[in-house]
Amino acid sequence: MKYVICQVFATVSTGPVGEGMTKTVDWLLNHAQPIFLVIDHAINGLAGAIEQILTVPAPWLLAPLIAILAAWRVSLSFAILSLLGLNLVLFMGLWQPMISTLALVIAASILALLIGIPIGIFSARRQHIWAITRPVLDLMQTMPAFVYLIPAVMFFGTGRVPSTIATLIFSMPPVVRLTYLGIRQVPIDLIEAGRAFGCSERQLLWKVQLPNALPTLMAGVNQTIMLALSMVVIASMIGGGGLGDVVLRGIQQLDVGLGFEGGLAVVILAVILDRLTQSLAASNFSRKSLPQRFKAFTNLWTSS
Amino acid sequence: MTPQINIDKLWKVFGEHPERALDDLCQSMDAEELNARTGLKAAVRDVTLSISSGEIFVVMGLSGSGKSTLLRMINGLILPTAGEVTVEGKPISQLAAAELQKLRSNKMAMVFQSFALFPQRTALENAAFGLEVAGVPRQKRLEKAREALERVGLGKDLDRLPQQLSGGMQQRVGLARALALDPPILLMDEAFSALDPLIRREMQEQLLELQAESPRTIVFISHDLDEAVRLGDRIALMKEGKVLQCGTPRELLCKPANEQVRHFFQDVDAASVITVDTVAESPACVINQAELLLQQTDQYSKAQKIACIIDENNVFKGVLQQNGEIIPAEKGPALTAETTIRDAMELVANAPYPIPVIGSDQRLIGVISPRRLLRSMILR
Repeated sequence: MKYVICQVFATVSTGPVGEGMTKTVDWLLNHAQPIFLVIDHAINGLAGAIEQILTVPAPWLLAPLIAILAAWRVSLSFAILSLLGLNLVLFMGLWQPMISTLALVIAASILALLIGIPIGIFSARRQHIWAITRPVLDLMQTMPAFVYLIPAVMFFGTGRVPSTIATLIFSMPPVVRLTYLGIRQVPIDLIEAGRAFGCSERQLLWKVQLPNALPTLMAGVNQTIMLALSMVVIASMIGGGGLGDVVLRGIQQLDVGLGFEGGLAVVILAVILDRLTQSLAASNFSRKSLPQRFKAFTNLWTSS
Repeated sequence: MTPQINIDKLWKVFGEHPERALDDLCQSMDAEELNARTGLKAAVRDVTLSISSGEIFVVMGLSGSGKSTLLRMINGLILPTAGEVTVEGKPISQLAAAELQKLRSNKMAMVFQSFALFPQRTALENAAFGLEVAGVPRQKRLEKAREALERVGLGKDLDRLPQQLSGGMQQRVGLARALALDPPILLMDEAFSALDPLIRREMQEQLLELQAESPRTIVFISHDLDEAVRLGDRIALMKEGKVLQCGTPRELLCKPANEQVRHFFQDVDAASVITVDTVAESPACVINQAELLLQQTDQYSKAQKIACIIDENNVFKGVLQQNGEIIPAEKGPALTAETTIRDAMELVANAPYPIPVIGSDQRLIGVISPRRLLRSMILR
């Protein structure tokens, strides 16, 4: 008896559950290699293309472009703040790492939204699908972020692709949850009105449920992007590159200054992304046409 | 008039295994007992009604009497536990989803108590919603929606969002959304209950005007007795899911089927429901026109205060006054049969003699004196 207990404690590294998991991963590696190759190429292409696009304009062009976007969507004071922040990043010599981080965040967020929003919609419309997605989401959110790194590395090695995959898994739950919530929260009388005027189930979704769920859904998009940013930093441990690398180097070399600079750049990027995506969520209710918005924007410069 | 909506032994019971409520023992229980014994909630119990084309049919009852559930079973938003609703010959519960959607789009539109406007759509886009769902091209549906909004008096607020409109205006948009489809049937679920009394009155008048312009079948749910009496051609009074009585406002008021109906109607202003033909008395003296021509007027006018002149077909021709003077029918005051007592009061009170009441075919029904009018109010 004593011997058995000792045996159990001796194998802390992998128990029978872990062993099963290892076998599954091995099997997948041996038999599903082509699929991984396709995924690898697709993600690499997407993330690479986004990074390419972001590097085309020089910093002195991209920073003002972001500032203009901020002035248009948020406010003039926020535009000035983001311009100052981006200049600080440039001054710290962290522009290029920031761009690769941003590219990874965008790639992972796009994929997370493409997968997450449909799942949220299906869950809201079919209660038994929600019965499955809900525990899966709980699992995804409670699992320590580092755990996602291990299978990602096993399937895709190190680099940009496993980082993107780990990030998209980590950042998906909020958009699924908030899409579900947004659709479920559409007032019952609006649903009844839609049905009473002859909507089919598809029309009900596109004409009644989604337009009314949009503010909540956009809050989910915002949360997903923010989570993606936080995960991208962690994913630098498996070669994601970017600002996470800078922070990681700071930790490894016990270089407080380097770590602080990397952290500061992450915060600046986070604030800009957060406010910009929040403004997307809010603007859907103000319903101004594009010429009206342009006029409001030009008024900013002429009146003040 | 042909029945357009037929409701046949309709039941709606909420809860698990609702069919339990249909057995004989449960049918004899009242709602409270049923709930206590089985945990079921019977919203509509064995309702049979038939609604004719072109009438305003008011379903009235306190909240929780099952009237909203009944309305939602007419357009299939709620499916019945037992019984059947037939709209223009089509049994609702047996239609496939696509057929039901088509029926809703073509035959009936609904107006909601809470307005249920889409907050991100302008008034115009809200009014065009039904047409959009039906697949009408954009230009045409906006045109029709604009016409509908103009008909309810909102021609100037096309581009405003619901949150920028007052309650009354919002409900006008709700009404326009229904009218834009030009449906033969209009379902109105306490449509005016959330509005201020003054606005409510205005909307009721507007509905009656629209109804006079182009008659539709309107099923109107209300808990307001005055509203029911003002709008309804017929009223069905519901309590605890059952119809207590169904008939014209006057029938419910004058011949209540039971004590509950009488109790419900005790506060109704009878004068605005009862019409003069029911309280008119036979005139004290009637002269045939032919006799009058024979110059026998003196003996009548001496003996009586006043006399009505008719021809051989009972058609009213005029009034012979005491002094022998004749007031011809087209010049003297007279009341048509469907005038309510309230509307007749002023004329009757100021007239020097009992006012003749004339039917639609010009025949004399009777006369009505101030004294008679007062007594009708007491006796009812």
